[in-house]
Amino acid sequence: MSPTANKSLNPLSPKERIKVPRQAMPEQPAEVRAHNFEEVNLGYSAELAQQEARRCLECAKPTCTDNCPVGVKVKEFVELIVAGKFLAAAAKIREDNVLPALTGRVCPQEDQCEGKCLLSKKVKPLGIGYLERFVADFEKQVGTHVVPSVPPTGKKIAVVGSGPSGLTVAGDLIQRGHKVRVFEALHEIGGVLVYGIPEFRLPKQIVREQIDYMREMGVEFETDVVVGRTVTIDELLNEEGYDAVYIGTGAGLPQFMGIPGEHLNGVYSANEFLTRINLMKAYQFPVYDEPMLDLKGKNVAVIGGGNTALDAIRSALRLGAGKAYVLYRRSDAEMPARAEEVHHARQEGIDFQMLTAPVEFLSDGKGWLAGARCVRMELGEPDASGRRRPVPVKGSEFDLPLSVAIMAIGTTANPIVQSTTPGLDTNERGYIEADENSQRTTRKGVFAGGDIVTGAATVILAMGAGRRAAKSIHEYLTTGEW
Amino acid sequence: MFKIVHAQFLAPGIKRFVIEAPRIARKQKPGQFVILRIYEQGERIPVTIENSDPDRGTINIVVQAAGKTTNLLNTLETGDSILDVVGPLGKPSEIANYGTVVVVGGGVGTAMAYPTAAALKRAGNRVLSIVGARNKELVILEREMREVSDALMITTDDGSYADKGFVTDKLKQLIQNGTRIDLVVAVGPIVMMKAITELTRKEYIRTVVSLNPIMIDGTGMCGGCRVLIDGKSEFACVDGPEFDGHKVNFEVLVQRNAMYRNAEQKSMEEFKRSREALAVEPEPACVVAQTAQGVER
Repeated sequence: MSPTANKSLNPLSPKERIKVPRQAMPEQPAEVRAHNFEEVNLGYSAELAQQEARRCLECAKPTCTDNCPVGVKVKEFVELIVAGKFLAAAAKIREDNVLPALTGRVCPQEDQCEGKCLLSKKVKPLGIGYLERFVADFEKQVGTHVVPSVPPTGKKIAVVGSGPSGLTVAGDLIQRGHKVRVFEALHEIGGVLVYGIPEFRLPKQIVREQIDYMREMGVEFETDVVVGRTVTIDELLNEEGYDAVYIGTGAGLPQFMGIPGEHLNGVYSANEFLTRINLMKAYQFPVYDEPMLDLKGKNVAVIGGGNTALDAIRSALRLGAGKAYVLYRRSDAEMPARAEEVHHARQEGIDFQMLTAPVEFLSDGKGWLAGARCVRMELGEPDASGRRRPVPVKGSEFDLPLSVAIMAIGTTANPIVQSTTPGLDTNERGYIEADENSQRTTRKGVFAGGDIVTGAATVILAMGAGRRAAKSIHEYLTTGEW
Repeated sequence: MFKIVHAQFLAPGIKRFVIEAPRIARKQKPGQFVILRIYEQGERIPVTIENSDPDRGTINIVVQAAGKTTNLLNTLETGDSILDVVGPLGKPSEIANYGTVVVVGGGVGTAMAYPTAAALKRAGNRVLSIVGARNKELVILEREMREVSDALMITTDDGSYADKGFVTDKLKQLIQNGTRIDLVVAVGPIVMMKAITELTRKEYIRTVVSLNPIMIDGTGMCGGCRVLIDGKSEFACVDGPEFDGHKVNFEVLVQRNAMYRNAEQKSMEEFKRSREALAVEPEPACVVAQTAQGVER
């Protein structure tokens, strides 16, 4: 039954809804948050959430859901918020998305649900991400998740990697009665959610709560296991008795530009910079032992324009950087980062040097970074990615004094699993070949999804792959057909 | 948690731990290492695997006290636990029958050279080993190395044991004597490995070295351990740790390993202060041989 067919619970007429402005997300003031690692966004109150929810036009054919990689029933959960049934709203989201507190915070909503919101044709789109976050946080505060109980199937699945994709697979399969064990190479569960995305964007406590919930549901976790080294896929299948394996190992290896000076002290990959801060808590040195270069008053630049780049440079700012630059070789329009993060970063005083790329890192003569020789770019014809290709402007070289430079120009496939699993095909870039619907690989009983199949993408796309894989693994385990 | 089933000093500051790690024990091959973290606030450090016992499910690691983490590690005893141990990491040593192989172990590097020497011996090579240390007390694994070598030469910097001099002197002698050498494997301090490669380059002897840059995850994810090999960036944790010594840029390795010297010194000073506050010998590593009023251990 479509709510629009019946009497809507929404007291506002469609015309009135359009007149209500999008409710702003309360946030820490920029000048305060630039110096701490606490979350930028503070979250909606119940009143704000209901006010925002009432803006929903309750479309007969909701394009928001069509445009969500996991198909969250947006209209239905928003309507439950309007009705004040927040727990029911959370349960509605959980039917399709096991990690709503995360996706409400890190999804690029502007490219997905909100990007297709009918409201956006006239005014700002519905704050779907903010609403999702609100109900997930509300559910946590009330502390009543329901742990579903299902009859055991006797089947056992190994999940390799505990990032968003692996967690989704685990959450979905445990709810179908299978035994699930997740293997993680690092000492903490969560993959990119704990080593990559900083505290101020995704508090680690939230990740831990989601994982605790999975433990309650019966998912087992084993840390300190590098599958491919500590144990192979074949050993999991043949010796440890797993009926299926899901590979969700992420994108992995950081890329460098191959320009002179990348070995100077002070040049980091974004992965290392962020891992030191997020996973190893180097910003709390010496309480934590992992060291970090002292950034106080120093000039720091990140090279790249994605979410990782912004996470890194905003972390540097919080560690006391005097000047914090983003060097991006294309223009604003091509920047892949989430719009909200770009907006927040500008508010915080990050200096965006667009159409700019380093061509060399300069040494202080003692092995330490002293600066970057940069060149300005202009946009030429579209390249393979469909974006206009940046072309260096002749004679535009200039030197930027820097103490730290962070490379956030993308990642490539980590080969450890592929190279130790005979018969597991990869594409020319080293990513695992998997069917885009069933997530089946070329090895019977082995499925894969997320960045290790697609190359670096988003949390929600990895979760979408996890959903499809869980469905497909369940089918395989039920029918035995490959 | 990984339980220490046996802990024993091999030399002042150098301790061997036998650790329950059944998965790693089953897979470990010569040349590989583990990364460990002792406690919740601890850093991750790479450590040599000296040996493993797949049947008992244990691995042996050998640790030399240098900074805070290794000093703290060396205070651990039989029955204690290490929070995280992950591995085996890195590519195993390439074991084949090369003919005559000279295996050089400098200081604690001998612990990593030993399993490689043993495997090379099993593969049918004539294994000539050279072990070097600063002084008599710091010579480790002499008996073990002797068992897997056709000949074992030992040098000490101060001449307090065996021959006075450096490992390079012995290698030079071998070369001058006209010994046919098909491969040199050198594991030890960077200066030692660099000196060995300079010597063998002139003689066109293939030389493998094992590098020890700063690491975090050990799976290739962070890129912190990148080393310059033949002008190209490689990750020691997944592409190594063993590389063709003639292609390694040792200057960059030295420079990058010094990146956190200030922080490391600060950590170490605070660690010493806290140990003194507890009225415990600050460098337990030195207790065995050097302090008269030693503490009960």
